[in-house]
Amino acid sequence: MKKTLLTIKSTLKLTDDVFKTILEGDVGTLKAGQFIDIKIEGFTLRRPISICDFDKNSITIVYKTIGEGTLALSNLPNGQRLDVLTGLGNGFDSTKIPANTKISLVGGGLGVPPLYCLAKHLKGQNINFDVILGFNSDKEIILLNDFNALGINTVVTTADGSYGMKGFVTAVDNKDKYVFACGPMPMLKAVYKVSNGGQFSFEARMACGFGVCQGCTIQTTQGFLRVCADGPVFTKEQIIW
Amino acid sequence: MVNLSTNLSGLILTNPVIAASGTFGFGKEFSSLFDINILGSFCTKGMTYSPRLGNPQPRIAECKAGMLNSIGLTNNGAKHIAEHEFLAIKNYFNKPVIANVCGFSAEEYIKNAIIADESPAVGLIELNVSCPNVKQGGISFGTQTTVLFKLVNAVKKAIKKPLYVKLSPNVTDIKPLAKASEEAGADGLSLINTLLGARIDINTRKFILANKYGGYSGKGIFPVAVRMVNEVYNSVKIPIIGMGGISTAADVLEMMIAGATAVQVGTANLIDPFACKKIIEKLPILCKKLGIKTLSEIVGSAR
Repeated sequence: MKKTLLTIKSTLKLTDDVFKTILEGDVGTLKAGQFIDIKIEGFTLRRPISICDFDKNSITIVYKTIGEGTLALSNLPNGQRLDVLTGLGNGFDSTKIPANTKISLVGGGLGVPPLYCLAKHLKGQNINFDVILGFNSDKEIILLNDFNALGINTVVTTADGSYGMKGFVTAVDNKDKYVFACGPMPMLKAVYKVSNGGQFSFEARMACGFGVCQGCTIQTTQGFLRVCADGPVFTKEQIIW
Repeated sequence: MVNLSTNLSGLILTNPVIAASGTFGFGKEFSSLFDINILGSFCTKGMTYSPRLGNPQPRIAECKAGMLNSIGLTNNGAKHIAEHEFLAIKNYFNKPVIANVCGFSAEEYIKNAIIADESPAVGLIELNVSCPNVKQGGISFGTQTTVLFKLVNAVKKAIKKPLYVKLSPNVTDIKPLAKASEEAGADGLSLINTLLGARIDINTRKFILANKYGGYSGKGIFPVAVRMVNEVYNSVKIPIIGMGGISTAADVLEMMIAGATAVQVGTANLIDPFACKKIIEKLPILCKKLGIKTLSEIVGSAR
């Protein structure tokens, strides 16, 4: 964890209510699957948002304006400085991938952004994998061009059939695959049931984001674990479903 | 040099700033950010005898001037805490901590208080009779004077370390409960715990907290806490640890002027993990500006 001041470089509207913001500054040490916690002027609690991409001097976040805080964030001008806690959570761990196993990255809706970061990371390690992204409709598709630009075979499913395969991400066969999944709880559960092991990134309402308030604590096979500090990524063996 | 030290029933603190229970874990997360030995002390997460996962989620809701929580005393159980969390404290904190002790029966309170009393890491015990987020135990002990008297009396007899009773603001009159604690042998009081509140989503009309109601904390409750600390200060002789929405050095002075011998900083830690550090660094500067040479002299000086 690092507390730092980051400057908004740009904010781009991706869909009606999804925005991509690039923050610049001393970002600290980061991993795919981690998140940052942003203080937004006028709001009591910080906003925890997953990392979509990063390099030495910048972090890209992709977020939905579901409440007043994220809406305010999307409206902030370029050059605005933000008080941010970075490097929160455990992140995905590619060293846990078993040998000779096929790998799938499965993302649903706003669960897609952290998987882009992971995809880049895995590709850098010459690890092969498939990507399955699920959305409600073609209007909500995000980051598809970015995955394509990495040269990764990406399958898209839409619930209403307006783009790609009709249905949910589970319409794609993930049996016997090791998955990295992020998305809504029902999606995670469905993927968990068919997968042959994997890592699942959770979402929770948090107050602190760094492990002290116990707001996001869940029961796991290893006892009580905090989504913010012990997660947000949990292995199939840790999860009780 | 401003003298910031304060005395809680024999436990001398180098400054009056204590991180509040439930907002500081067991200190470890903060110790990776700054040397937490600058704190007067910190108060550990409330412990019950058996491990508790706590209430269903969501259990956090934001408010304009604070937040609601309905955590429900999530903890690994007193024995585990004593054998692991308390034991590890010496690796990053070299002062005695305050152990927040909860229970669902008088027997359980006593058992947990003895575990805390026997731990070398603990210098003072805070009896939590005011958690608003558990249905039995906790607050049911903190709202009736006769029940509270018996509990405090029994716990006091079972332990050697100073006993402070953490009172709830969710009562018609806090003074009789403060007096009952004092008469039962409490060495001091901690107040206030959170105020019961609720938030509702106007789109779905659903309560934001799965438990519907939760404890309101943060800046918004500060004036309520100042008033209650002052009321209690005027009705008992034992020291008070004042808390409720403190987020600046000025708040610390105001709370002490109202009657607090020491203070706890809670919700501010969750928003800015450096909150206590900033307050402690600002305290001597502010004291100097106000001509305060010995901080403890301002306790209860409100006119």
